[in-house]
Amino acid sequence: MSGDLYWFSIAILGLLAAATMLGVLGAWLARSDRNRGVVADANSRLLAWWFLAGSIIGAAWLGQTALAVLFGLASFCALREFISIHRTRRGDHRALFLAFFIVLPLQYVFVALPWYGMFTIFIPVWAFLLLTARAAVAGDTTRFLERTAKVQFGLLICVYALSHVAAIPQLTQDPTDGIALLCWFLTVVQLSDVFQWVWGKALGRMKLAPTLSPNKTWGGFIGGIGTATAIGTALWWMTPFGPGHAAAFAAGACFLGVLGGLVMSAIKRDAGVKDWGASLGGHGGVLDRVDGLAFAAPVFFHITRWLLGQGI
Amino acid sequence: MIALVIRLLSGVQTRWVGVEPAVKPRIYFANHLSNLDLPVLWAALPPAIRRRVQPVAARDSWTMTPIHHWLATRVFHAELIERKAITHENNPLRQMEAIIDRGNALVIFPEGRRNTSDDGDLLPFKPGIWHLARNRPEVELVPTLLDNLNRILPRGEWLPVPLMASVTFGAPVRLGEGESREAFLERCQAALAALADDREET
Repeated sequence: MSGDLYWFSIAILGLLAAATMLGVLGAWLARSDRNRGVVADANSRLLAWWFLAGSIIGAAWLGQTALAVLFGLASFCALREFISIHRTRRGDHRALFLAFFIVLPLQYVFVALPWYGMFTIFIPVWAFLLLTARAAVAGDTTRFLERTAKVQFGLLICVYALSHVAAIPQLTQDPTDGIALLCWFLTVVQLSDVFQWVWGKALGRMKLAPTLSPNKTWGGFIGGIGTATAIGTALWWMTPFGPGHAAAFAAGACFLGVLGGLVMSAIKRDAGVKDWGASLGGHGGVLDRVDGLAFAAPVFFHITRWLLGQGI
Repeated sequence: MIALVIRLLSGVQTRWVGVEPAVKPRIYFANHLSNLDLPVLWAALPPAIRRRVQPVAARDSWTMTPIHHWLATRVFHAELIERKAITHENNPLRQMEAIIDRGNALVIFPEGRRNTSDDGDLLPFKPGIWHLARNRPEVELVPTLLDNLNRILPRGEWLPVPLMASVTFGAPVRLGEGESREAFLERCQAALAALADDREET
């Protein structure tokens, strides 16, 4: 059913083109400084969206291996951002080298093979025990538990959890259906972020979590998840589910995405930074863009796997 | 081209705090963390400044292989100085003053060797920076804080970890009227250390 992918690509690129025209129009019409700021922020995010959507669509056409490589690169950037702002010590050096250059690529090789029994346990069992041991053997006990926790948490979120996105195509009999499902999942979770931002700007008063993420509002939360769920339901033909299940899955994935954003915000505030990086224009870093996906993907993957196994 | 590759690999972020980039004779003094300090600092400078800057590098470590030597002299335009057996003929101070007199900027590492402590406290500065400040009083001394490079490639390791480095340029220091050597060295050190505190607050 590569027809699905075809129409999906056209729709996304059309949407971006429409948004770009709106952005140009907005820049032309904006009079007050505040409005100009909002438009400039939106346009710099939009530029990054072209890049992100372009690479996803390109990889989706190339197939599962290309998707594994793409998400492997995203994991690499995210892990780099995560470890960069957390103080580790000399004793972690070899363990970190292994995390970046052995654990991360192997995880995506297991995803791409696909070897379900291995990619679901590789980091929680093998990397967890062996990397911790490698750091211990280095002999530096200062803040040992804290340092190890940072490295392990980074691996779990940035590599393990995120790699489940690239594993979504395995859920269906025919991988092309699975790639369509992956595109559906990405669209829903990312649009939920976009619409939270849009609704938050339009009618945001009540803060959702003032200490964690001052820009998130209840208006944005409800409007964003509602809009993304509606879109996810309308796109149900890209999934193996009926419209009812598609709606439930979309809402669940968006909700987890919000939770992911909040958890990662808590870590950022604790470390004293606002964004994970600056590589994606108005978005911040790569990890700012994928934090929601990392939380939504494993849950989505396992519930879908279980349900499809039950033969819905 | 080489600068672009270094910037990409080290993910270096450059900040100018309390000083603007300018092409003029200046002395950038930086903390020393790793063998990558010199390449990364060089690559972090805007191209116009990069063409007119000469880092100071130890002859013994940058002539170990022909590749080191080529990088140091042809790419980074480093001025190689002796660390041992200093005589009147090879006094590094004369070489550094000559760079300033040619209208170029200078990069020095006043700690004198790579700092291996994990807590980031600076090593005591060598007095060379004081001599330079006294002999060339018109030149601005720009504190330059390198961060994370000791985590990318610590001393004694040969496998790098791909973290993101940062370079912060701070407000220039000048030698005060009748300021003693000890007081001046301490002030330079404090100016550099203050940039680290800034970074932790933002």
